[in-house]
Amino acid sequence: MILQSIKMAWEAITSNKLRSFLTMLGIIIGVVALVVLVSLVNGATGAVTSEITALGNDMVTVNVRDDKGSPIRLEDLDEIASLSAVGDAAPSGSMNTTAKFGYSDVSVSLYGTTPAYYNVQGLKLKYGRFLKSADVENASYVTVLAYNTAEELFGKADAVGEQITIGGRNFLVVGVLEEDTSLFASMIGGYSAYAPFTVESRMADEPYVTALSVSPSGNTDDTESQVKSFMLTRFHQDKDAFRLMNMSSISDAMGTVTGTLSLLLGGIAAISLLVGGIGIMNIMLVSVTERTKEIGIRKAIGAGKKSIMMQFLIEALMVSLMGCLLGLALSWVILEIATVVAKTITFSMSLGVVLLAVGFASAIGLIFGLYPANKAANKHPIEALRYEG
Amino acid sequence: MASGKPIITMTGITKVYSVGGEEVRALDGANLTIREGEFVSIIGPSGSGKSTLMNIIGCLDVADSGEYILDGQSIEQYSEEELAKIRNKKIGFIFQNFNLLSRMSALSNVELPLIYQRLHLNERKAQAQRALDRVGLSDRSSHKPSELSGGQQQRVAIARALATDPAILLADEPTGNLDSKTGDDIMALFHELHRAGDTIVLITHNEEIAKQAQRRIRIMDGRVSEVGA
Repeated sequence: MILQSIKMAWEAITSNKLRSFLTMLGIIIGVVALVVLVSLVNGATGAVTSEITALGNDMVTVNVRDDKGSPIRLEDLDEIASLSAVGDAAPSGSMNTTAKFGYSDVSVSLYGTTPAYYNVQGLKLKYGRFLKSADVENASYVTVLAYNTAEELFGKADAVGEQITIGGRNFLVVGVLEEDTSLFASMIGGYSAYAPFTVESRMADEPYVTALSVSPSGNTDDTESQVKSFMLTRFHQDKDAFRLMNMSSISDAMGTVTGTLSLLLGGIAAISLLVGGIGIMNIMLVSVTERTKEIGIRKAIGAGKKSIMMQFLIEALMVSLMGCLLGLALSWVILEIATVVAKTITFSMSLGVVLLAVGFASAIGLIFGLYPANKAANKHPIEALRYEG
Repeated sequence: MASGKPIITMTGITKVYSVGGEEVRALDGANLTIREGEFVSIIGPSGSGKSTLMNIIGCLDVADSGEYILDGQSIEQYSEEELAKIRNKKIGFIFQNFNLLSRMSALSNVELPLIYQRLHLNERKAQAQRALDRVGLSDRSSHKPSELSGGQQQRVAIARALATDPAILLADEPTGNLDSKTGDDIMALFHELHRAGDTIVLITHNEEIAKQAQRRIRIMDGRVSEVGA
């Protein structure tokens, strides 16, 4: 019987294709809005979240603004690194200067640090080696270049062993990092190079550690509170003397914002689906009136109320589900295009949002089909037979 | 003749409508017996209660009072769902304007009452095809009503009525929308069905058509009476 009802519904839908399509359009637009908006937000959130994780999600950074007469020295970092919740601690002094090789030159950010920086920042080497403790102790003029810096200067990535000038001093290139293809890097841009802290501090004329990054040994929140109390003790309980930043708290905040955003956009999309449902009800009511005679004939030859009800309900359900399928297909196309356009972000439909769309569309088909179907089922056979539309 | 078991037995059937606050007795104590295998015509001018009688015989409506026994089953205040089932099994309707579903092929139209019987697909097709054979339209089974002539459409409608093998064929002015030649063909088909043993009740206002039946029943002002014999 259900199979027959589906067949009848299909015949009814295909007998007036344009009207059926226009009715579906409301649902199509609703589903596209729902799926595309939610998927876009999810895709962007995913991309940003993975960027933050790649940046060292669990890293805590400290910037000293006012040393209160007791500046942090390189040796003090060992003390910070020995805190129970701290894994590694590395200074990140920085200065802007120019790097030269032959006739090519480029503005670089030169970071002065220690070997611990490699792990704290989650860096990856492509060629050569990173800075060693001996480089820091001997204040050797060696440098590690970012991938794009090496390419810009040498026209090739493998620059290990080359001599370059940074800030007017000669450096030996000992390593090149892997290419950073992340969204964050492409947003910030710029060229970087890394040198021993002892060398960079001398060049920048800043002998103390004013910026450092710390990796946690366990829970990042514990790390944050331990480092914070260490700094407060050091700077006489002045919490304005330094600024402490926890990357995971940024990603948490980000998550809250995008969660709210997808709820908001999803809500707006749901409203357009609701409007689509009203469109279905409208057309179903017209259809029931138009087909009064048909209902009369069916009733005369033995269709009960239930059969008629089922027929029209399935028709409404089918219109909305077909609209939903078309909407999903269209959403897929839009998301593929968005992926191509956005380049670095991949947008895809999650199973959850597909199920949400299908569930919502079925519910709308049923709810808005119920009244017209009931109206059809309750027509009196004699009057329906007499109807001349 | 008229020796078969009674298919329709009506005693004191009354149906009252109120039109503009005024009571109209469409049927006023109608008595009627139709036996198995009979070909009966019911004749009466418009407004005589003819349609009301047809609706009650066809179980589209129920009487206010009186007893109606159809094929051994007493039709009382049944629910709509139950009446639909009775119509489906016992009555084969044939209408003046054919009342075929225009979207469907001839075969699908004939299948329709069998679908509501929840018959299995193969059985349904076979039974519908058999009914089309009986009206001589087996070669037109895939045509839509719009591709058929009036006479052919009425034959499809008769096949649809025959498909469920009902207790009676209830025809309401079956030749009313046809030219006289085609009308004669349809009447010939009715005679053929009658000879094959089907019980036929034909409702008309046309004396010529009515005369062709084995028995004539006249309805006037809600009262039923036998015409000749």
